[in-house]
Amino acid sequence: MTGVTGGDDVDGGPRRIYDPVADTPLSYVREGVGLHPPLDFAEYKSTRLRHPQRPLVYLPQGVTEVTGPVLGLLAPVSALDSDLTRQHAGEPIGERTIVFGRVFDTEGKPLRNTLVEVWQANACGRYRHRWDRFPAPLDPNFSGAGRAVTDEEGRYRFVTIKPGPYPWGNHYNAWRPAHIHFSLLGRAFAQRLVTQMYFPGDPLFRYDPIFNSIPDEAGRDRLISRFSIVETEPNWALAYEFDIYLRGPGATPFEEAL
Amino acid sequence: MIFPSTPSQTVGPYFAIGMPWPEGPHAVAPGTVGAVTIRGTVYDGAGVPIPDFLLETWQADPAGRFVDLWGHGGPSELAGFRGFARVGHEDGDGSFELLTVKPGALVLGSGAIAAPHIDVSLFARGLLHRCVTRFYFADEQAANAADPVLATVPPERRETLLARVAEGGYEIDIHLQGPHETVFFAL
Ligand SMILES: [Fe+3]
Repeated sequence: MTGVTGGDDVDGGPRRIYDPVADTPLSYVREGVGLHPPLDFAEYKSTRLRHPQRPLVYLPQGVTEVTGPVLGLLAPVSALDSDLTRQHAGEPIGERTIVFGRVFDTEGKPLRNTLVEVWQANACGRYRHRWDRFPAPLDPNFSGAGRAVTDEEGRYRFVTIKPGPYPWGNHYNAWRPAHIHFSLLGRAFAQRLVTQMYFPGDPLFRYDPIFNSIPDEAGRDRLISRFSIVETEPNWALAYEFDIYLRGPGATPFEEAL
Repeated sequence: MIFPSTPSQTVGPYFAIGMPWPEGPHAVAPGTVGAVTIRGTVYDGAGVPIPDFLLETWQADPAGRFVDLWGHGGPSELAGFRGFARVGHEDGDGSFELLTVKPGALVLGSGAIAAPHIDVSLFARGLLHRCVTRFYFADEQAANAADPVLATVPPERRETLLARVAEGGYEIDIHLQGPHETVFFAL
């Protein structure tokens, strides 16, 4: 029964957690129109020459889509990779911030041992990237990239600096709300997700076409982290919680028989 | 209880500070017998190479086996096989190059045989969600003719999915729009 039980014994019996073999879906739910942003979204100008114009072809899920890469064969992840405030000799400037959460599938099962990658601007809204010409200071002690692996309960945790908002060229006086880019491999090609996490109450939400490309308000809300007083560390750092849901098992395994 | 998925957002222009890693483009260890390169260029709707994109691939080994943690089928026995590659450019010339092996055919749940193929995710500034496509191989004519997915692609567009034999491996371009627009899939 390896991998079937573990974690805290909360109810007097072993709590069942994800079994990597028994719980491996043979297909994943198909995500309907309206959940993710459309590829063609005129308000975000860079979509104009980059969105496919022909209809997408339905891809039945086969073994290539329901399998995914093994973490240990990719780049190694060390504990330091998840603390973006300790990657240089000195401390970066800005609001020290804890970003934590859990990765689930849409059935609410935690995804353990999955790679979470983040990248972000510094406290002033500047990326350490040669294309970023925003005349805000670079921080010699901040690179802005991190990676973590979820634990047995699907949890991840980063320590970082709260990123600043930054201007971009999409339209007159365009500013991105403060955000952290997230990349998740999940356990299968079908679960791959790249997204952005925002901070609660940002006054720029209503003006940002990327945020507003998500069709419904509930969807947009799912990208806004929640302040957590419980995880906030006294005299040290504010904490924000961001849970991520990747598509879960399809209703009928092998329903598509491909 | 079913929870809604977390929505996608664009990878943006600055992914290169976090996403690529040096061995990322290697789905197999360099020196692997039978290794091939797959080269190509990604074009936008104006026919201009896209300087900033992130491309990822996932595939079986030549025996049709994966290095999957989760127990699908027999595991790959090819030493150094990752099955996954990631190529990211922040201001390149639109081209990519992967080192891999040609995957084998796969037996599907229906009993049908899938022609050798590589699954591809394309991310970029201006793409609010990944674009999913596949690389098939032009020199697998018989297998391609029997492939159940290719059969659903309009015949005049199938060619956009076929990697052509080239020096050292294969060559395939990706066109996001235009007369040669690549076939992208809804997964
Ligand atoms: Fe950004």
